[in-house]
Amino acid sequence: MSDPAGQPIAPEERLIAAIAALIAEPCDHPVRHAAVGAASPIPAAACMLRQHEGHAMRLSLLQSRRANPFTEGGRELFDLAGQGRIDLFFLGGGQIDGAANINLVGTGTYPQVEARFPGSFGSAYMYFAVPRTILFREEHSRRVLVEKVDFISAPGTSPANVWRRGTPQALVTGRCVFDFVASRARFVLRSLHPGVSAADIVRETGFGFDIPADVPVTPEPTPAQLALLRGPVRAAMEVNYPDFCGRVWGRRAA
Amino acid sequence: MSSDFALVSVDELVARIPDGAVLAMPPDYSLSPAAAVRALIRRGAARLSLLGVPISGYCADLLIGAGAVGAITTSAVSLGEYGLAPRFTAAVKAGTIKVDDATCPCVHTALQAAEKGVPFMPLRGVIGSDLLRHRPDWKVVDNPFGNDDPILLVPAISPDYALFHAPMVDRAGNVWVGRRREVATLAHAARTVLVTAERLYDGTMLEDERLAPGCIGAVYINAAALAPKGAWPLGCLDLYDPDEAHLALYARAARDETGFRGYLDAHVLGAA
Repeated sequence: MSDPAGQPIAPEERLIAAIAALIAEPCDHPVRHAAVGAASPIPAAACMLRQHEGHAMRLSLLQSRRANPFTEGGRELFDLAGQGRIDLFFLGGGQIDGAANINLVGTGTYPQVEARFPGSFGSAYMYFAVPRTILFREEHSRRVLVEKVDFISAPGTSPANVWRRGTPQALVTGRCVFDFVASRARFVLRSLHPGVSAADIVRETGFGFDIPADVPVTPEPTPAQLALLRGPVRAAMEVNYPDFCGRVWGRRAA
Repeated sequence: MSSDFALVSVDELVARIPDGAVLAMPPDYSLSPAAAVRALIRRGAARLSLLGVPISGYCADLLIGAGAVGAITTSAVSLGEYGLAPRFTAAVKAGTIKVDDATCPCVHTALQAAEKGVPFMPLRGVIGSDLLRHRPDWKVVDNPFGNDDPILLVPAISPDYALFHAPMVDRAGNVWVGRRREVATLAHAARTVLVTAERLYDGTMLEDERLAPGCIGAVYINAAALAPKGAWPLGCLDLYDPDEAHLALYARAARDETGFRGYLDAHVLGAA
């Protein structure tokens, strides 16, 4: 095992630690069961890091060819979420706006869109059924973070009479972390990744958001976290995310 | 036991799917019928209405690129780690296919309604999504058992044809899909079910208590064809993994029309 102090901290390791801190945050809905999509190695690693830090939680990796947690087919994830058995989910978006609406369908005027994204997947349901959703999108630009999405795949908030178990908790990007205040349908800058200023965030963000007087730097992963990430978390990640592991932590010696 | 079950060739199997049919298929990670899709393209299928259960991938992109598709209902079309589905994306941009966007649990719920023989089923969520504005067939009603509680109803879907690849079929027409139960739900909901299978099981699977729970009973199955490696280049449960090099090759080739035509010639039209 390599000496964690000897290697610089990778940007992905910072994002993993930032998401792990959000998972650990005290909340009305403690995380007992998180579900993570197949294409989301950073959220998956954040959940595994929490597990190794002693957080008793189940992690279901969706579409995983091995260790598929479901025996009732593809609908079981949605049934579990409907029953309230999934506490945390992650969503991204081709566009995300200042009210945490997400667009996974396309830009321009639907249906004759300019750029077509894959589609809404389960977002229009999971955003409602799961108590906590962490939005994650590495690209932080005005292209992605827009004033208003061109198509609402899933709304960030709902009228009081519409059944909704959950709200977005936060938005993590490659530059910063925003908290989401559902009562005001507005993001608040929570922390800035090292080397990024609040002015940078204003310049690169298409939606309005609140900036507290004192915005801290996103905490670096601790040496203990780095040791876990580069040891047991990486070992567990290799099965489902070999390309990600190779990119962040280097190819394993044979 | 279905008396009209037939074990046929892959070409005979897909010959049963007429142009213009509603054709439902599982996604890339679940028993995707790639060999049958190549045969469909070779027979020149046209104007198909695809249903992604609940999403679509390589097989849908191949059919769209080959000009076999007029419309698609799905919750997403994607090559997963290989990126956007290039022929789908191009067809949307060109306006040559109609897309009915859905969200995964709506597709599952609509098939479950058909499986139960009821006209619709309720589903939480979705209210406030623009999906709803473009789906006049989805309705929001007030929960009759609640108080000011709007809830979505989705109509049952009975696809004309379900097409998927399974690890095993027996001579009676029982098909083993293991825990991919969404494929069983699809088979229960569809009017006609056509299956390719890795191999023929020697015996009756329903007589084996370990196999029976993973089976779709022959009562639902109309015809099957043996197609070893029939999901290739996609994977098939724990029998074989996706051919990652080939899927990467497809994603590159299909970026433009010329590259896609070259891929079709080499891997679909040229292959018997």
